[in-house]
Amino acid sequence: MRTVEQTLEEILNLAAEHFRVPRTQLSPDDDFFKTLRIDSLQALELLTRLEQHFGVELPDYEFQGVTDFRTLADRIQARL
Amino acid sequence: MREFRGQSLSWQLAGGVCELALHREPANEIGTALLVELEQFAAALEALQNEVCAVILYSRLRRGFCAGADLRELYQRMQGLTVEQRIAGVRQFLERIHAVLNRLDTAPATTIAAVHGICFGGGLELALACDVIVADRMARFCFPELRLGIIPGFGGIPRLKRDVGNAVVRDLLLTGRSINAQRAHAVGLVAQLAAEGKALEVARATAQQVAKFDPVTRAAAKQFIKPVPYEELRREMDIFCELFARPVVDEGLRKFVESTAALPYLP
Repeated sequence: MRTVEQTLEEILNLAAEHFRVPRTQLSPDDDFFKTLRIDSLQALELLTRLEQHFGVELPDYEFQGVTDFRTLADRIQARL
Repeated sequence: MREFRGQSLSWQLAGGVCELALHREPANEIGTALLVELEQFAAALEALQNEVCAVILYSRLRRGFCAGADLRELYQRMQGLTVEQRIAGVRQFLERIHAVLNRLDTAPATTIAAVHGICFGGGLELALACDVIVADRMARFCFPELRLGIIPGFGGIPRLKRDVGNAVVRDLLLTGRSINAQRAHAVGLVAQLAAEGKALEVARATAQQVAKFDPVTRAAAKQFIKPVPYEELRREMDIFCELFARPVVDEGLRKFVESTAALPYLP
Protein backbone atom coordinates (compact mmCIF):
# COMPACT_ATOMS: atom_id res chain seq x y z
CA MET A 1 0.00 0.00 0.00
CA ARG A 2 1.36 3.38 -1.01
CA THR A 3 1.64 6.15 1.54
CA VAL A 4 0.09 9.49 0.65
CA GLU A 5 3.60 10.91 0.28
CA GLN A 6 4.47 8.22 -2.27
CA THR A 7 1.22 8.94 -4.11
CA LEU A 8 2.03 12.64 -4.14
CA GLU A 9 5.52 12.00 -5.49
CA GLU A 10 4.16 9.79 -8.26
CA ILE A 11 1.59 12.46 -9.22
CA LEU A 12 4.30 15.10 -9.44
CA ASN A 13 6.49 12.87 -11.59
CA LEU A 14 3.61 11.95 -13.84
CA ALA A 15 2.46 15.56 -14.29
CA ALA A 16 6.00 16.66 -15.11
CA GLU A 17 6.36 13.90 -17.67
CA HIS A 18 2.94 14.38 -19.29
CA PHE A 19 3.17 18.15 -19.61
CA ARG A 20 6.91 18.14 -20.25
CA VAL A 21 7.98 20.42 -17.46
CA PRO A 22 11.04 19.89 -15.27
CA ARG A 23 10.07 17.94 -12.16
CA THR A 24 12.06 20.41 -10.06
CA GLN A 25 9.58 23.16 -11.00
CA LEU A 26 6.68 21.36 -9.32
CA SER A 27 5.87 21.51 -5.62
CA PRO A 28 3.10 19.77 -3.64
CA ASP A 29 1.21 22.96 -2.84
CA ASP A 30 1.38 24.45 -6.34
CA ASP A 31 -1.80 25.40 -8.12
CA PHE A 32 -1.33 22.93 -10.94
CA PHE A 33 -3.47 24.94 -13.35
CA LYS A 34 -1.04 27.83 -13.00
CA THR A 35 2.22 25.90 -12.65
CA LEU A 36 1.48 23.58 -15.56
CA ARG A 37 -0.39 26.29 -17.50
CA ILE A 38 -3.21 23.92 -18.32
CA ASP A 39 -6.92 24.39 -18.97
CA SER A 40 -9.85 22.25 -17.91
CA LEU A 41 -9.54 19.82 -20.79
CA GLN A 42 -5.85 19.27 -20.13
CA ALA A 43 -6.78 18.66 -16.50
CA LEU A 44 -8.99 15.84 -17.75
CA GLU A 45 -5.98 14.45 -19.63
CA LEU A 46 -4.08 14.46 -16.35
CA LEU A 47 -7.01 12.70 -14.69
CA THR A 48 -6.93 9.98 -17.36
CA ARG A 49 -3.18 9.57 -16.90
CA LEU A 50 -3.64 9.29 -13.15
CA GLU A 51 -6.36 6.67 -13.58
CA GLN A 52 -4.10 4.65 -15.86
CA HIS A 53 -1.11 4.97 -13.55
CA PHE A 54 -2.89 4.10 -10.31
CA GLY A 55 -5.29 1.61 -11.89
CA VAL A 56 -8.37 3.18 -10.32
CA GLU A 57 -11.35 5.20 -11.47
CA LEU A 58 -11.34 8.79 -10.28
CA PRO A 59 -14.78 10.40 -10.65
CA ASP A 60 -14.12 13.89 -11.91
CA TYR A 61 -16.69 15.51 -9.61
CA GLU A 62 -14.47 14.65 -6.68
CA PHE A 63 -11.83 16.94 -8.17
CA GLN A 64 -14.09 19.97 -8.49
CA GLY A 65 -12.33 22.75 -6.65
CA VAL A 66 -9.07 20.81 -6.30
CA THR A 67 -6.19 22.84 -7.65
CA ASP A 68 -3.09 21.68 -5.76
CA PHE A 69 -1.13 18.43 -5.99
CA ARG A 70 -1.33 17.67 -2.27
CA THR A 71 -5.14 17.70 -2.18
CA LEU A 72 -5.14 15.72 -5.42
CA ALA A 73 -2.98 13.09 -3.72
CA ASP A 74 -5.38 12.93 -0.76
CA ARG A 75 -8.34 12.35 -3.07
CA ILE A 76 -6.53 9.64 -5.01
CA GLN A 77 -5.29 7.96 -1.84
CA ALA A 78 -8.93 7.51 -0.80
CA ARG A 79 -9.49 5.42 -3.92
CA LEU A 80 -6.41 3.18 -3.66
CA MET B 1 -19.80 14.88 -55.22
CA ARG B 2 -17.13 12.60 -53.81
CA GLU B 3 -15.51 15.06 -51.47
CA PHE B 4 -16.42 18.14 -49.51
CA ARG B 5 -14.38 20.76 -47.69
CA GLY B 6 -16.46 22.85 -45.33
CA GLN B 7 -15.96 25.27 -42.46
CA SER B 8 -16.75 22.70 -39.76
CA LEU B 9 -16.09 19.37 -41.42
CA SER B 10 -14.63 17.78 -44.54
CA TRP B 11 -15.15 14.40 -46.08
CA GLN B 12 -13.91 12.33 -48.96
CA LEU B 13 -14.78 8.98 -50.49
CA ALA B 14 -11.98 6.73 -51.68
CA GLY B 15 -11.93 2.97 -52.19
CA GLY B 16 -15.38 2.52 -50.72
CA VAL B 17 -14.44 4.23 -47.46
CA CYS B 18 -15.78 7.67 -46.65
CA GLU B 19 -13.75 9.59 -44.06
CA LEU B 20 -15.40 12.53 -42.34
CA ALA B 21 -13.14 14.86 -40.37
CA LEU B 22 -14.56 17.31 -37.84
CA HIS B 23 -12.48 20.48 -37.56
CA ARG B 24 -14.51 23.22 -35.99
CA GLU B 25 -12.53 25.10 -33.34
CA PRO B 26 -12.36 24.99 -30.40
CA ALA B 27 -13.73 21.47 -29.85
CA ASN B 28 -16.20 20.63 -32.65
CA GLU B 29 -19.17 22.05 -30.78
CA ILE B 30 -22.37 21.18 -32.66
CA GLY B 31 -24.10 24.41 -33.58
CA THR B 32 -25.96 25.52 -36.68
CA ALA B 33 -22.86 25.68 -38.91
CA LEU B 34 -21.79 22.13 -38.14
CA LEU B 35 -25.38 20.89 -38.34
CA VAL B 36 -25.82 22.29 -41.85
CA GLU B 37 -22.68 20.50 -43.04
CA LEU B 38 -23.74 17.28 -41.30
CA GLU B 39 -27.08 17.53 -43.14
CA GLN B 40 -25.25 17.91 -46.44
CA PHE B 41 -23.09 14.91 -45.57
CA ALA B 42 -26.12 12.78 -44.68
CA ALA B 43 -27.72 13.62 -48.02
CA ALA B 44 -24.50 12.83 -49.89
CA LEU B 45 -24.12 9.54 -48.01
CA GLU B 46 -27.57 8.52 -49.16
CA ALA B 47 -26.82 9.48 -52.75
CA LEU B 48 -23.54 7.51 -52.66
CA GLN B 49 -24.86 4.53 -50.70
CA ASN B 50 -24.09 2.03 -53.44
CA GLU B 51 -20.43 3.04 -53.38
CA VAL B 52 -19.81 3.43 -49.65
CA CYS B 53 -18.84 0.34 -47.64
CA ALA B 54 -17.72 2.12 -44.51
CA VAL B 55 -17.76 5.58 -42.97
CA ILE B 56 -15.20 6.82 -40.48
CA LEU B 57 -15.95 9.87 -38.34
CA TYR B 58 -13.00 11.46 -36.56
CA SER B 59 -11.69 14.79 -35.38
CA ARG B 60 -8.66 16.69 -36.61
CA LEU B 61 -8.57 18.77 -33.43
CA ARG B 62 -6.14 17.85 -30.69
CA ARG B 63 -8.70 18.42 -27.91
CA GLY B 64 -10.84 15.56 -28.97
CA PHE B 65 -13.74 14.16 -30.92
CA CYS B 66 -16.47 16.60 -29.92
CA ALA B 67 -17.38 18.64 -26.83
CA GLY B 68 -21.12 18.43 -27.59
CA ALA B 69 -23.74 20.99 -28.46
CA ASP B 70 -22.66 24.58 -28.95
CA LEU B 71 -24.01 25.95 -25.68
CA ARG B 72 -22.76 29.46 -26.35
CA GLU B 73 -24.68 29.65 -29.60
CA LEU B 74 -27.73 28.15 -27.91
CA TYR B 75 -27.59 30.70 -25.11
CA GLN B 76 -27.09 33.64 -27.45
CA ARG B 77 -29.98 32.56 -29.68
CA MET B 78 -32.28 32.33 -26.67
CA GLN B 79 -31.83 35.93 -25.67
CA GLY B 80 -34.83 38.19 -26.27
CA LEU B 81 -37.14 35.27 -27.09
CA THR B 82 -40.28 34.22 -25.25
CA VAL B 83 -40.34 30.77 -23.64
CA GLU B 84 -42.55 29.50 -26.47
CA GLN B 85 -40.16 30.84 -29.09
CA ARG B 86 -37.19 29.26 -27.30
CA ILE B 87 -38.85 25.87 -27.19
CA ALA B 88 -39.89 26.11 -30.84
CA GLY B 89 -36.34 27.04 -31.83
CA VAL B 90 -34.69 24.27 -29.83
CA ARG B 91 -37.23 21.70 -31.05
CA GLN B 92 -36.53 22.64 -34.65
CA PHE B 93 -32.78 22.20 -34.05
CA LEU B 94 -33.38 18.84 -32.35
CA GLU B 95 -35.59 17.63 -35.20
CA ARG B 96 -32.81 18.44 -37.64
CA ILE B 97 -30.01 16.77 -35.67
CA HIS B 98 -32.21 13.73 -35.03
CA ALA B 99 -32.86 13.44 -38.77
CA VAL B 100 -29.11 13.45 -39.43
CA LEU B 101 -28.30 10.94 -36.68
CA ASN B 102 -31.15 8.64 -37.71
CA ARG B 103 -29.80 8.61 -41.27
CA LEU B 104 -26.32 7.84 -39.97
CA ASP B 105 -27.74 5.18 -37.66
CA THR B 106 -29.56 3.42 -40.52
CA ALA B 107 -27.05 3.94 -43.34
CA PRO B 108 -26.32 0.65 -45.14
CA ALA B 109 -22.60 1.33 -44.78
CA THR B 110 -20.82 0.35 -41.57
CA THR B 111 -20.12 3.50 -39.58
CA ILE B 112 -17.11 3.85 -37.29
CA ALA B 113 -16.40 6.65 -34.82
CA ALA B 114 -12.66 7.05 -34.20
CA VAL B 115 -12.58 8.88 -30.89
CA HIS B 116 -9.77 10.62 -29.07
CA GLY B 117 -9.80 13.18 -26.26
CA ILE B 118 -13.19 14.42 -25.14
CA CYS B 119 -16.39 12.84 -26.38
CA PHE B 120 -19.00 14.70 -24.35
CA GLY B 121 -22.73 15.27 -24.58
CA GLY B 122 -23.74 15.73 -28.21
CA GLY B 123 -20.35 14.38 -29.25
CA LEU B 124 -21.09 11.11 -27.47
CA GLU B 125 -24.54 11.12 -29.08
CA LEU B 126 -22.93 11.46 -32.50
CA ALA B 127 -20.57 8.56 -31.75
CA LEU B 128 -23.46 6.45 -30.45
CA ALA B 129 -25.24 6.73 -33.80
CA CYS B 130 -22.27 4.88 -35.34
CA ASP B 131 -22.00 1.10 -35.47
CA VAL B 132 -18.57 0.79 -33.93
CA ILE B 133 -16.65 3.10 -31.60
CA VAL B 134 -12.87 2.89 -31.68
CA ALA B 135 -11.31 4.84 -28.83
CA ASP B 136 -7.84 6.17 -28.16
CA ARG B 137 -6.76 5.19 -24.63
CA MET B 138 -6.84 8.86 -23.60
CA ALA B 139 -10.47 9.37 -24.70
CA ARG B 140 -13.13 10.32 -22.15
CA PHE B 141 -16.90 9.96 -22.41
CA CYS B 142 -19.52 11.96 -20.56
CA PHE B 143 -23.14 13.09 -20.46
CA PRO B 144 -22.86 16.36 -18.50
CA GLU B 145 -26.34 17.66 -19.37
CA LEU B 146 -27.94 17.35 -15.92
CA ARG B 147 -25.70 20.11 -14.61
CA LEU B 148 -27.60 22.44 -16.96
CA GLY B 149 -31.01 21.20 -15.89
CA ILE B 150 -31.58 19.25 -19.09
CA ILE B 151 -31.05 15.73 -20.40
CA PRO B 152 -29.18 14.68 -23.55
CA GLY B 153 -31.34 15.73 -26.49
CA PHE B 154 -29.68 14.30 -29.60
CA GLY B 155 -30.88 10.74 -28.91
CA GLY B 156 -28.13 9.80 -26.49
CA ILE B 157 -30.18 8.07 -23.81
CA PRO B 158 -32.08 5.60 -26.05
CA ARG B 159 -28.98 4.87 -28.10
CA LEU B 160 -26.77 4.33 -25.04
CA LYS B 161 -29.50 2.12 -23.55
CA ARG B 162 -29.52 0.12 -26.78
CA ASP B 163 -25.80 -0.61 -26.39
CA VAL B 164 -25.11 -1.02 -22.66
CA GLY B 165 -26.84 -1.99 -19.43
CA ASN B 166 -29.29 0.36 -17.77
CA ALA B 167 -27.05 0.70 -14.70
CA VAL B 168 -24.29 2.14 -16.88
CA VAL B 169 -26.73 4.58 -18.46
CA ARG B 170 -27.87 5.70 -15.01
CA ASP B 171 -24.29 6.08 -13.77
CA LEU B 172 -23.31 8.28 -16.71
CA LEU B 173 -26.55 10.22 -16.89
CA LEU B 174 -27.32 10.75 -13.20
CA THR B 175 -23.79 11.50 -11.97
CA GLY B 176 -22.63 13.37 -15.07
CA ARG B 177 -19.16 11.94 -14.50
CA SER B 178 -16.77 11.25 -17.33
CA ILE B 179 -15.36 7.79 -17.82
CA ASN B 180 -12.13 6.82 -19.52
CA ALA B 181 -11.77 4.64 -22.61
CA GLN B 182 -10.87 1.51 -20.68
CA ARG B 183 -14.01 1.76 -18.57
CA ALA B 184 -16.08 2.56 -21.68
CA HIS B 185 -14.60 -0.53 -23.33
CA ALA B 186 -15.29 -2.69 -20.28
CA VAL B 187 -18.98 -1.73 -20.24
CA GLY B 188 -19.42 -2.24 -23.98
CA LEU B 189 -19.71 1.35 -25.12
CA VAL B 190 -16.37 1.21 -26.93
CA ALA B 191 -15.82 -1.70 -29.31
CA GLN B 192 -12.06 -1.39 -29.79
CA LEU B 193 -9.27 0.31 -27.88
CA ALA B 194 -6.40 1.96 -29.71
CA ALA B 195 -3.04 3.23 -28.53
CA GLU B 196 -2.64 6.96 -28.07
CA GLY B 197 -2.93 8.74 -31.40
CA LYS B 198 -3.87 5.53 -33.21
CA ALA B 199 -7.68 5.53 -33.21
CA LEU B 200 -7.93 6.62 -36.84
CA GLU B 201 -5.38 4.00 -37.90
CA VAL B 202 -7.36 1.28 -36.13
CA ALA B 203 -10.61 2.59 -37.62
CA ARG B 204 -9.10 2.48 -41.10
CA ALA B 205 -8.03 -1.14 -40.62
CA THR B 206 -11.55 -1.95 -39.45
CA ALA B 207 -13.03 -0.19 -42.49
CA GLN B 208 -10.82 -2.24 -44.79
CA GLN B 209 -12.10 -5.42 -43.16
CA VAL B 210 -15.72 -4.25 -43.50
CA ALA B 211 -15.19 -3.47 -47.19
CA LYS B 212 -14.49 -7.17 -47.90
CA PHE B 213 -18.07 -8.22 -47.13
CA ASP B 214 -21.01 -8.48 -49.47
CA PRO B 215 -22.89 -5.15 -49.20
CA VAL B 216 -26.38 -6.68 -49.11
CA THR B 217 -25.43 -9.09 -46.31
CA ARG B 218 -23.64 -6.33 -44.40
CA ALA B 219 -26.67 -4.04 -44.58
CA ALA B 220 -29.08 -6.83 -43.64
CA ALA B 221 -26.97 -7.78 -40.63
CA LYS B 222 -26.89 -4.19 -39.46
CA GLN B 223 -30.61 -3.68 -39.93
CA PHE B 224 -31.31 -6.84 -37.92
CA ILE B 225 -28.99 -6.15 -35.01
CA LYS B 226 -29.33 -2.36 -34.72
CA PRO B 227 -32.99 -1.35 -34.43
CA VAL B 228 -33.56 2.37 -34.10
CA PRO B 229 -35.59 3.19 -30.96
CA TYR B 230 -37.76 5.80 -32.70
CA GLU B 231 -40.42 5.99 -29.99
CA GLU B 232 -37.89 6.60 -27.22
CA LEU B 233 -35.99 9.08 -29.37
CA ARG B 234 -39.22 11.06 -29.79
CA ARG B 235 -39.94 10.83 -26.07
CA GLU B 236 -36.45 12.04 -25.20
CA MET B 237 -36.96 15.07 -27.42
CA ASP B 238 -40.29 15.86 -25.74
CA ILE B 239 -38.78 15.59 -22.25
CA PHE B 240 -35.87 17.78 -23.32
CA CYS B 241 -38.27 20.48 -24.55
CA GLU B 242 -40.38 20.27 -21.37
CA LEU B 243 -37.27 20.72 -19.21
CA PHE B 244 -35.82 23.40 -21.46
CA ALA B 245 -38.72 25.76 -20.75
CA ARG B 246 -37.69 26.29 -17.12
CA PRO B 247 -35.68 29.23 -15.71
CA VAL B 248 -33.16 26.81 -14.16
CA VAL B 249 -31.93 25.96 -17.67
CA ASP B 250 -31.48 29.60 -18.58
CA GLU B 251 -29.49 30.04 -15.39
CA GLY B 252 -27.43 26.90 -16.03
CA LEU B 253 -26.56 27.99 -19.55
CA ARG B 254 -25.71 31.50 -18.38
CA LYS B 255 -23.38 30.11 -15.72
CA PHE B 256 -21.67 27.88 -18.25
CA VAL B 257 -21.25 30.61 -20.84
CA GLU B 258 -19.97 33.12 -18.31
CA SER B 259 -17.93 30.61 -16.31
CA THR B 260 -14.32 31.31 -15.49
CA ALA B 261 -14.11 28.14 -13.41
CA ALA B 262 -11.01 26.04 -13.82
CA LEU B 263 -13.08 23.01 -14.77
CA PRO B 264 -16.17 24.30 -16.61
CA TYR B 265 -16.58 21.00 -18.44
CA LEU B 266 -16.94 19.07 -15.21
CA PRO B 267 -20.27 18.56 -13.51
